[in-house]
Amino acid sequence: MLTTILFYVFASVLVGAALGVVLCKNPVHAALSLVLAFFNSAALWLLLQAEFLGIVLVLVYVGAVMVLFLFVVMMLDINIAQMREGFTRYAPLGVLVAAIMVAEITYVVWVRHLGIDLSVWAPAMPAGFSNTKALGAVLYTDYLLPFQLAAVVLLVAIVGAISLTMRKRAGYKQQDIAAQVAVRWQDRVRVMKVDSEQVR
Amino acid sequence: MATLLNYWMQLPTEIQSLILMVLEIIGVMLAVVVLVALMTYAERKVIGFIQARHGPNQIRIFGLPFLKGVAQPFADVIKLLLKEVIVPTKSDKVLFLVAPLLALVPALSTWAVVPFSPSFVLANIDAGLLFVLALTSLGVYGIILAGWAANSKYALLGAMRSAAQIVAYEIAMGFALVGVLMAAGSLNLSAIVESQSGGVSHWYWLWLFPLMVIYFISGIAETNRAPFDVAEGESEIVAGFHVEYSGATFATLFALPEYANMILVATLAALMFLGGWLSPLQGVLPSSAAFAQPSFIWLALKVALFLFCFLWFRATFPRYRYDQIMRLGWKVFIPLTIVWIGVECGLAWFHVGPWAVG
Repeated sequence: MLTTILFYVFASVLVGAALGVVLCKNPVHAALSLVLAFFNSAALWLLLQAEFLGIVLVLVYVGAVMVLFLFVVMMLDINIAQMREGFTRYAPLGVLVAAIMVAEITYVVWVRHLGIDLSVWAPAMPAGFSNTKALGAVLYTDYLLPFQLAAVVLLVAIVGAISLTMRKRAGYKQQDIAAQVAVRWQDRVRVMKVDSEQVR
Repeated sequence: MATLLNYWMQLPTEIQSLILMVLEIIGVMLAVVVLVALMTYAERKVIGFIQARHGPNQIRIFGLPFLKGVAQPFADVIKLLLKEVIVPTKSDKVLFLVAPLLALVPALSTWAVVPFSPSFVLANIDAGLLFVLALTSLGVYGIILAGWAANSKYALLGAMRSAAQIVAYEIAMGFALVGVLMAAGSLNLSAIVESQSGGVSHWYWLWLFPLMVIYFISGIAETNRAPFDVAEGESEIVAGFHVEYSGATFATLFALPEYANMILVATLAALMFLGGWLSPLQGVLPSSAAFAQPSFIWLALKVALFLFCFLWFRATFPRYRYDQIMRLGWKVFIPLTIVWIGVECGLAWFHVGPWAVG
């Protein structure tokens, strides 16, 4: 009973936040709505007893990805009137995407009528069941190769991103910490023996 | 009194446990807030002592002739709460007022999973360490939004610096915690403390020393404390992200979360690397001796040690330059943690040290 109430609260906030992402005119407000949407979907996962996935969603998407997102969005200088100009040009594409999504949702709703009861909660796990341990056990046994493959794909993406953006500009000044630390005073300071001025 | 007890007994057990829970939560929150107030006093006293001056020495509790200056933080709080909250004209008013709350809520709610003694923890959840990491990473939103909503160049610059810095050091911090959870074989904070039992040499500070140093320094960077306080950078960008804030919003945006997070970082360091509530004399004295018992007092002493380091560093080190902060986070700490996790794997493989796995 309580879980059902909580589910509807989180789900309705999630839908509202998702609407906010597309309807907010201010890009920062839209990004913040996305943060709220992530947070509520994490809460839904917690309701399904997937606490590891729920917390990791907050940690990775809310705590890192969206921070960088906001970081970029905040520095943009967006002219809203200019953005609206392309509306009619992109409208057919938008209608197409929306139509596909509506079709998909209808399909999901239709699946529900096949007799699969989706309103039943997952059975409660016994006390002391560790979600994290279960996930680790599955990832490193049954799905070891796909897991490693995903890691390699991520590594390639990192290397690619760095090699695409790192370039040496001419005249680029860089600090060499080792050289700075290795400096001795003899390299910089010269002690001069200066005769005192002659008193006449 | 008897009738009150009678009413209490008539309540259903769910309601009873709910009331007790709420009272416990309020107690922990009050303790944290009062500790924050005393921390500001300790900071000014310690730094004053290091710089050969007195620090606050005037305001007394009800005019009592001793403990001069102890009431200073409470006087400051009353002053801040009574001052006018000024909202800049061209700011994003809603976000400007929400930002302090976004900084405050994660700083206080993280305490839900922190165990204070073997028997007292508000929520003993299985993935406690992960919960702490997730919530501490949320605190940055308060800073970023405060900087952006104020519609001021300096505030925006401070928010930018803070965002980049926190994202950088969160990774090093996460890797340092991976070492701890590998050693303990659990994400639960109570289990991590229990896995260290058996005297000082079994605490993780010895076996994970590089990780402890990296965790603590990353913690200082995460809380925007000196020498990593470029987000405030008063000599360059006035006061950084909180330049437009005043009164109560200033207190809840800046002072409370910063000090609450400091205490949290110190507590977590004590729990994960210094054996939490375990006694340092365990194994030295017979196990029935009073000083060998696990107690909240041991935890408090260890936390105080780390908190003193926070103040000591602030008085000692000059502020890092921004590119040096980034270099330290990305190019020094992250490789170091990965190397030490490899070392730890080797040690565990050959059963050297107190590891839970192997």
